[in-house]
Amino acid sequence: MRELQSFFDSLMAYIMLIAFLGFSGFFTWLFGADVFFVKQASLQSFFSIAYWTLFFFIPALTMRQFAEENRSGTLELLLTKPVSDWQVVLGKFLSTLVLILIALALTLPYYITVANIGPIDHGAVWSGYLGLILMSAAYISIGIFTSSVSNNQIVSYLLALFIGIFFQIIFSLLSSNFGGFIGEVLSFLSVSTHFDSISRGVVDTKDLLFFLSLIFLGLILTEANLAKKRL
Amino acid sequence: MQKNKTMDIVVENLTKKYGAQRAVDNISFRVKTGEILGFLGPNGAGKTTTMKAIATYLTPNEGDIHVGNFSIHESPDEIKKNIGYLPENNPLYNEMPVIDYLKFVAELQGIEKGRIREKILHMINTCGLEGEKHKKIGELSKGYRQRVGLAQALIHDPQVLILDEPTSGLDPNQIVEIRELIKKIGREKTVILSSHILAEVEATCDRILIINKGKIVADGTSRDLRKQSEGHEILRVKIEDGDKNEIFKALQGLNTIGMVDFMKKDDTAFEIQTKPGLSSRREVFNLCVGKGWILTEMTPIETKLEDIFRELTMN
Repeated sequence: MRELQSFFDSLMAYIMLIAFLGFSGFFTWLFGADVFFVKQASLQSFFSIAYWTLFFFIPALTMRQFAEENRSGTLELLLTKPVSDWQVVLGKFLSTLVLILIALALTLPYYITVANIGPIDHGAVWSGYLGLILMSAAYISIGIFTSSVSNNQIVSYLLALFIGIFFQIIFSLLSSNFGGFIGEVLSFLSVSTHFDSISRGVVDTKDLLFFLSLIFLGLILTEANLAKKRL
Repeated sequence: MQKNKTMDIVVENLTKKYGAQRAVDNISFRVKTGEILGFLGPNGAGKTTTMKAIATYLTPNEGDIHVGNFSIHESPDEIKKNIGYLPENNPLYNEMPVIDYLKFVAELQGIEKGRIREKILHMINTCGLEGEKHKKIGELSKGYRQRVGLAQALIHDPQVLILDEPTSGLDPNQIVEIRELIKKIGREKTVILSSHILAEVEATCDRILIINKGKIVADGTSRDLRKQSEGHEILRVKIEDGDKNEIFKALQGLNTIGMVDFMKKDDTAFEIQTKPGLSSRREVFNLCVGKGWILTEMTPIETKLEDIFRELTMN
């Protein structure tokens, strides 16, 4: 797919990979609540760092997807080729996801090293990775949607962060202030609730369903946005 | 693939509104296979909107467009396969090398894997991109970018070509080259080409369609349009070896001639306007023979297409 290649062409991918590995490595091994400080062979600190780094990095990757094509007019070219809007949206979604998967795969040495230091809960690690992948996919889908809203990359980036921050933290903060039903709903809407429960090693269908519907919603809205341009 | 099959474009009552404004207002026309149609009009007349609708990018508010047997409402994918589209301003991915870009487009068009290489090489030859194929598109000059744009529109050998201002921003040599290219490939295809350069449309197209404010105001060959707008012949003649006033009177005495004028600078030259529907070439010649005058020049003066265009689109 062209998209993945254009990532690598424009250095964006390298910068993002190095920055991601640098950040997560630094906090996992050297700083603050790192592996040595907790004296536990676990990747818990890595996961919580990755959770935040990905949150900021993903919109930077998705922001140009549709914004740029729309601005330069190549979107018109793409949509008059015999591919459906869905294929275009999915192509962009999958190429970004693949890049994230590469980034995560490159952190596997952390896992191997930690596993050598002491006994590690393998199940928790794998489910942690699963959580990161699902969360990334959800934010990619939101990022692609905001990219299709505006011609301006910066606007798409900020808009993606703005929408993302609600799922990332605001819903969970609010949920602790509200009791009862509203609290329940808000906590269900929070990505962190589901991420925490998955990365603890409990993969619940409720969590899977949450992420999948978020992904799906983002993609459907993007598609609707493309269709709107034709009117 | 349907080869050698006729693919006419039929536009029926097409209307496209942007808000309350009608960009295209109930237009209908037909383009036959093998025909190159020139689409003329001032900026904002609705040319681009119509072309976008044919290329299935825009959905019209009313009306239908058929390309071959396919309607834009029912089978847009079939139309996309058979159409080569060069949008206005020729958008391209600047960061991609030419050859990779053509490969990407070929894959999008669903050309079989095994034939992609051959198609790309063929396109590079046809469009004269041999020396540029490994350069990034962003580094190319405008003329070469335009060729890349044409190459991407042609790579799947479409039956129908939609070209929105294919020569805008090129230098005169490049314009001639692109025109020749369009003529060459346009022989077996149905081509619609938009422009606001009249000479270009006249040089390339079999038929001209002028639209203004979303409506068709003229349709025909450039000759038809001229005839339609003037209806009478204008000749410039030079007659020597005679008295100029005598010649003037004699010319005015011919019954096919409506009006005679002296030309300003030249004593022997006259401008003759013939009555509508008639020709006075023979009469003028016979007159000169009879009087023993020497006819040294007889030039029919054509109304310029520019004048027709201005007349039709100004109000």
